[in-house]
Amino acid sequence: MSSALAAAPVLVPLLTAALTVALARRPRRQRAASLGGALILLLCCAALLHGAASGVVVTTRFGDWAAPFAIAFRIDRAAALMLTVNAVLALAVLVWPSRGSALATPFGPPLAHGLLAGACGAYAMADLFNLYVWFEVMLIAALGLIVAGRKPAQLEAGLKYLVLNLFGTIVLLGAVTGLYGLTGQLSYSALGLALAERGNDPLALLLGAMLIVALLIKAGAFPFLFWLPAAYPVLPPPVLALLTALSTKVGAYALLRILYEVFPAGAPTYAPILGWLACATMIAGVMGAVYHYDLRRILAFHSVSQMGYILLAAALGGAAGIAAALFFSIHHILVKANLYLIAGMIARRAGHYDLRRIGALARSDRALAILFALNAAALVGIPPLSGFWAKLLILREGVAQDRYVWMALALCTGGLTLLSMAKIWIEAFWKPHPAPPTAPAPAQLSGAWVSCGALSLLALAMGLMPGPLIDFLTAAAGTMAPPMPGPAP
Amino acid sequence: MIEWAMAASVTVVAAAGLYLASSRDLVAISVGLALLGAAVNLFVFAAGRLGQATPPLIAPGAAGPLAAVANPVPQALVLTAIVIGFTFACFGIALALALAAHDRRADADALEQAEPPPQPDGSPGELP
Repeated sequence: MSSALAAAPVLVPLLTAALTVALARRPRRQRAASLGGALILLLCCAALLHGAASGVVVTTRFGDWAAPFAIAFRIDRAAALMLTVNAVLALAVLVWPSRGSALATPFGPPLAHGLLAGACGAYAMADLFNLYVWFEVMLIAALGLIVAGRKPAQLEAGLKYLVLNLFGTIVLLGAVTGLYGLTGQLSYSALGLALAERGNDPLALLLGAMLIVALLIKAGAFPFLFWLPAAYPVLPPPVLALLTALSTKVGAYALLRILYEVFPAGAPTYAPILGWLACATMIAGVMGAVYHYDLRRILAFHSVSQMGYILLAAALGGAAGIAAALFFSIHHILVKANLYLIAGMIARRAGHYDLRRIGALARSDRALAILFALNAAALVGIPPLSGFWAKLLILREGVAQDRYVWMALALCTGGLTLLSMAKIWIEAFWKPHPAPPTAPAPAQLSGAWVSCGALSLLALAMGLMPGPLIDFLTAAAGTMAPPMPGPAP
Repeated sequence: MIEWAMAASVTVVAAAGLYLASSRDLVAISVGLALLGAAVNLFVFAAGRLGQATPPLIAPGAAGPLAAVANPVPQALVLTAIVIGFTFACFGIALALALAAHDRRADADALEQAEPPPQPDGSPGELP
C-alpha cells in the first residue's frame, strides 16, 4: 500500500522545526507550535500504527522514482510502533517544564524536533544510506542540545559525544559504501537478496561486522560505551530524557533490522559475539551504577546496562528474540526517560542531584516517592510491571536456546540493578536530610506531573496487560525475520 | 592504475586522519576526524567504479542513456557525505576552540569537568 502518510513522521518534525525557528523570538507561540507539532506527529504515527496493525506495509517513494534511485519510506508493524512510542515520548518531554534547560533557549525546540526527525527517519526508511544521513541529523541536533547550556562541562560532554559518535558514523559510511560497491544496492530488502546469493562471502561478512560495530557505537555497547556516561550526566532532565529515548534505541533497532533483514546468512556468525558483548555491556553498565552517587550518573550507567539486555535479545534472534528486543526497547524508552524526568523533579525539590546531599524526601513528598518507586520497580523488573515481562521474554528465549551463562549474567545484572535502585531509594527518600532542611524550593512542577504521570500510566498498562503488545510484536518480528533454523550446536 | 592510485590515497589520508584523531590535542582530534571522513568520501566516490564513461545524461526523447554512463548514485551519495562531513568538521573545531578558551589548554587528558575523578578516599567525584 502506498500512502503519503508514510512520509509524515519525517515531514511533520522537519516542518515544526522550521516553524519554531521562525517563532524563535516569541517563546509562548514557539512553545505552542512545538507542542502542536508533537501532537500532530503523534496523531500521524497513531494512524500509521492503526494501518500497520493489520499487517499492511505502507511504502512511498519520493518523486515516484524507480526502486534503487528513489528515497523509499517503508513502515511495517515494528516501525509504526516504534514511531508511535517516539512521538508519545517527545510530547511528554515537551510538556515537562523546560525552564532552565536547553529546551527553553530559542533554538531548543527546533533542535528537539530535528532530533525527532532524525530518529523518525531512521525508523521509517529501510535504506542504508538514509540510515547514515538520519544518524547524522540526530547527531548534530543532539550536539546542539548538549552544548546549548554553554557550561564548560557541557562543552566537554559535547566534544566526547561528538568524537566517538562521529567515528561511529564514519565507520558506518565506510561499511555502507563497501556494501554498495559489492552489490550495487542500498535498500535493506534488495541488499538482503543480493547478499543471500553471495552466501558466506568473507568480504560481505567483514563489511557486515563493520556495520554492526558502527551501530554498537551508536547504541552505547561495550567496549564503545564511553561517550554515554561522559555526556549524559551534565545535561538538564528534558534533554536527557529525549536523548536516552531517541538516540541509543535507534541504534539497537537498526541493528535488529540489519542483522535479520540484510544479513540473515551472516547472523549465526555474528550472534554469539554480539551476545557476549551484550553481557559485558550489562555488567559494565550496572557496575558503574552501583558505584556512583550522582542520580544522573547512576541513571546514565543504567542506560548502558539496559542496552545490554536489548542487544542480548537481539543476539538470541528468531521471532521471539526480536519481539523481546522490541518489547524491552519500548519498556526502556517509557520507564527510563520517565526516571530521568523524575530525577529532575527530585533535584528541583531537594536542590541537588548528588545522593550524599539530599534525603528525607519520603516524608516531605509522598507522591514523588510513589512515582519514583513505581518506575524504579518497573526498571528492576518487579512483577507485574513492564520490566518483569521484558526480562521474562528474554529469559524464556535464552533458556530455550540453552544460553545458560548469558541468562545467569542477565539475572546477576537484575540483582545489581535492584541494589542501585534501592540505594537511590534509601539515600534520597528514607535517610534523614544531611543538612538542616532549608525551605523546599517553590518549584512549579504541575507540567512535570502531567508528563511523568502519563508515562507511568503507559508503563503500568504495559505491565498489567502485556498480552496484546507481545502478540503484536511477535507478528511484527515474524515479518522482519525469516524463520531461523534451530540454534547452531 | 587509477584504482591503485585511488586506493593509495584513501589509505594515506585515512592513516593521517587516524594518527591525528588519536593525539591529545583537541583541535588535532577534530581535524583528524575530518580527514578520516574525507578518506571515506573518496572511498564512496570510488564505489561507483573508476574509469572513463560518459556523463549520466539522457538525450531528449530517449528512454534511457544510449552508451555506458558513469554511475550517478555514488556521486549523489558523496555530495551528501561531503556536506555532512564539512558541518561536523566545523562544529568539532569550533567546540575544541571553545573548550580551549575556557581553560587555556586543549588537552584531552585535562577534560575532567563532565566526569570528575574520584575523591582521595575513593568515593565518586561530585558533578558541578
